[in-house]
Amino acid sequence: MRNGSGPTTSSKYARSSRGVDDAVKCRVCRGRAVIAVRRHNAGFCKDHFIAHIHRQVERTISDYGMFGHGERLLLGVSGGKDSLALWEILTVLGHEVDGVYLHLGIGDYSSDGLRFSQEFAARRELSLEVVDLEGEHGFSVPQASEVTARVACSACGLSKRYLLNEVAFRRGYDVLVVGHNLDDEAAVLWGNVLRWQVDYLSRQRPVLPASEEGLLRKVKPLVRVAERETAAYAVLRGIDYEIEECPMASGNTINRNKEWLNLMEERSPGLKAQFLFGFLDRGAAYFPPNPPDLAMCGECGQPTPGELCAFCRLKKATVVRIADRRSL
Amino acid sequence: MKVLLHQTRREVEVRGPRTVKALLNRLDLVSESVLVIRGDQLLPDEERLRPDDFIEIRPVISGG
Repeated sequence: MRNGSGPTTSSKYARSSRGVDDAVKCRVCRGRAVIAVRRHNAGFCKDHFIAHIHRQVERTISDYGMFGHGERLLLGVSGGKDSLALWEILTVLGHEVDGVYLHLGIGDYSSDGLRFSQEFAARRELSLEVVDLEGEHGFSVPQASEVTARVACSACGLSKRYLLNEVAFRRGYDVLVVGHNLDDEAAVLWGNVLRWQVDYLSRQRPVLPASEEGLLRKVKPLVRVAERETAAYAVLRGIDYEIEECPMASGNTINRNKEWLNLMEERSPGLKAQFLFGFLDRGAAYFPPNPPDLAMCGECGQPTPGELCAFCRLKKATVVRIADRRSL
Repeated sequence: MKVLLHQTRREVEVRGPRTVKALLNRLDLVSESVLVIRGDQLLPDEERLRPDDFIEIRPVISGG
């Protein structure tokens, strides 16, 4: 029998001793719960779960000094649960946030993500900019992956980091906001610790500061909210989002790490949060930020430690090889 | 009951489980990785299930 499925389940989940009503009770109002957050040893009804998520994000923004009211925020939006839930939460909390959708050319997955993002923005009268990688730079993520033999998630991540900063900088935003949740950050940390990627550990923070050379401040307000909770929030708020996983990301390292962590979380509720916040509170000091000297990319002007930024190098290699193939 | 599994994009018939937790155990799924939905309602692990239920199991892991 798995842990948590037997009669030893915590009494705080309020099983009735009469055996008639086994439902979890809301921690706040004692009404019928729709979700149990095991790491908090608490159940929540719909309204109190939504309020709980809003409080978690508000506290995160405040504790880490992410941004204040009046700063211009740009959110990277994918059409998935995390970014759309975050857009909703920040708007409810009174922040003005614009969105940017990066169309990376990944077939129906990209088209569906765009549709969900546009419908969300239109319904709430929010501003969404669309950047088309192929239209503006002449290649898609699948093409970059294929012709350079680079792992798709690596080409994708590199392109997203570049494009988000580039558009936020060009449009004069103060802060770049991303929807990385607790599971995302814990899985990345897990991978970096397993391989002792010290450079990456020194960069893993909920707030990455701006640089004079043009990197915007980047913040992760969902870092205290688990992936399952952002999905539940989206469902409870009636947010339609892309459920299907990216076809190129299936089985990637991050997802595998998440599955392993979830197996451990099932046995030890709270383990993911302890792992991540233990690092941020007590471990990160041993891996101080060590930002490289940056200059302007000779091609695009974005900050880079080399002469050409990684995105321009990828773009050059991809576009040249696509042209070579076409001329054959 | 009928169960829609998004992860494998298939609908299966499952007989027997009386709670969400039992259903997840039967399907060898970890509750931390999925949401279980009936109609437009989220179901916690202890929720009782009926033989005529239509249940959606939605993965929550995404890593683009």
